Amino acid sequence: MSAHSVTAGAVSRSLEGKRVDIAGYVFTGILLASLLFTLALLAILVGDQLQRGLPVLTERGTEFVTSPLSSRPDRAGVMQGIVGSAALAVIVSILAFPVGILTAVYLEEYAPANRLTRFIDVNIRNLAGVPSVVYGLLGLAMFVSLFQVLGVGNGRNLLSGGLTLAVLILPLVIITSAEAIRAVPSTIREAGYGIGASRWQVVRTLILPSAAPGILTGTVLALSRALGETAPLILAGAVLGSFSTGGSLADLFGGPYTALPIIVFDWARKPQDEFRALTSAAILVLLAVTILANAIAIYLRSRFDRRW
Amino acid sequence: MTVAAPSGTRLRGTPRRRRNEGLVRTLLLLASILSVLVSAGIVVSLIFEAAQFVMSIELPQLFADGWFPRRGQFSIPTVLVGSVLVTVIAMLVAAPVGLASAIYLAEYATPRVRKTVKPILEILAGIPSVVLGFFALTLINPVVVRGLFPDAKASTILAAGIGVGLLTIPLVASVSEDAMRAVPQALREASYGLGARRLTTSLRVVVPAAISGIVAALILAASRAVGETMVVALAAGATAGSLFTVDPLGPGQTLTGAMASLAAGSDQVTGDSAAFLSLFFLGFLLFVITFGLNLIGDIFVRRARQRY
Repeated sequence: MSAHSVTAGAVSRSLEGKRVDIAGYVFTGILLASLLFTLALLAILVGDQLQRGLPVLTERGTEFVTSPLSSRPDRAGVMQGIVGSAALAVIVSILAFPVGILTAVYLEEYAPANRLTRFIDVNIRNLAGVPSVVYGLLGLAMFVSLFQVLGVGNGRNLLSGGLTLAVLILPLVIITSAEAIRAVPSTIREAGYGIGASRWQVVRTLILPSAAPGILTGTVLALSRALGETAPLILAGAVLGSFSTGGSLADLFGGPYTALPIIVFDWARKPQDEFRALTSAAILVLLAVTILANAIAIYLRSRFDRRW
Repeated sequence: MTVAAPSGTRLRGTPRRRRNEGLVRTLLLLASILSVLVSAGIVVSLIFEAAQFVMSIELPQLFADGWFPRRGQFSIPTVLVGSVLVTVIAMLVAAPVGLASAIYLAEYATPRVRKTVKPILEILAGIPSVVLGFFALTLINPVVVRGLFPDAKASTILAAGIGVGLLTIPLVASVSEDAMRAVPQALREASYGLGARRLTTSLRVVVPAAISGIVAALILAASRAVGETMVVALAAGATAGSLFTVDPLGPGQTLTGAMASLAAGSDQVTGDSAAFLSLFFLGFLLFVITFGLNLIGDIFVRRARQRY
């Protein structure tokens, strides 16, 4: 048989579909298995925490989320963590969102293409890659010391923790907002300038409203990240172990503080078995907050996904 | 008939309008400068206190038998090798699973599957690391690690490494999927036109074409793994310090784990003791390592963008 007819035979066989592509099926199987593993991971993780923590939540009910910290497992609750995390979220939103969005506006709409702009841009990208624990050191060296000097307690308070988290998510807010602003087509800007609007008028009345869904998505994701961060707060002086807080605002912002992830870490380290179940219950509360925030962000993005 | 040329002053707008525009521009520039100040703050606080640490100790202390800050033993090789071990294990988990998931999503999945799976991956990426740390301590180590190696300890570097790996899967998957989807359709069509099947097209055409982006994904994931703190702090177990070890089946200390246990230890981080200052030295090392990795990763990202 000549080489030609061998090739022709192979071609016609494969065209008629008689050859089974075993390697192809195996490869597809491996790929699919990897993806399913990743997805199953989320289910296993959440399922495991539910199995461990749900009994605590059903048994103690709302009392678990309204009780303060305690060294006794049957009394310990996460109220202070919820209050702390909520207060941190407020501080972070007030500090990081305006600065981040204004920076994004500057970089996308105002900045001339010069060395300073490039420097700021590269700098922000690098900041986004700095490990969160290093931000904790910044918080310890700068913010805690600052409030110590100012005489706000011993400096280890919600304000220094909030400042630390705010600078931590600032690059994230800037990068996502800048992307949203960049996605606004230039025809919209040109229309604005064409009818005589100034640069700021174009930004305020055309660009920001058009980019709002994207900016909102980015800020919610950043907030969710801040709510889950543990290491920077441990370094910036969040309290491990139980303590009591006074009722006034000054006590809240100037006194010792904790947050949900800090409580999770603290309880996870305790040797008693009872605290294992409590840790999972606290994790369920934390996951409810962060997964909800992420889901909202993802929903917002798909809801307002606009094709220009 | 000639049209009168508009006078220069009218084109520049009224003085009030110009003043307002200038004000806004200045405000926005100041917001952008803030991010540069944050970087400067990080670098200054790290270098200043790290230098103080180096001056306060004798050089042999940096090469002691282990990392025991309270005994004045600050063995840098111990924590560096610990970090390398955790990072290598994490990459052994995250690289194959993340890449395979990315190939499936980019080359095999229907748009509907992709639309369902990507948000789930994002939610997985949003799980706080302290939760994965608890998961690694209470499920991965007793079930997976001790199931495979019955004589493994109660907390192991291996479990911490796997935990960190799971944490970085979404990062590897999303960055390398983006890179593969950026490969022009024409390359795939050319490959199919030559009679190549999907397996060959994916592995021999798409992956090589997207290799810069894939390498970038792996480098960024490694940088993330080096800087990951909470998983190591909970699952690697060496809270009181660690002897030099290369055994992944026992407890160990990493750069980040050492920082967390210094900050969370009973000797609350205060004062100017060498143990306190060593925090900043570790932070400085961590900053330099991740900065270097991110820089290399960025080069690959840029190369991936320029290609097509």
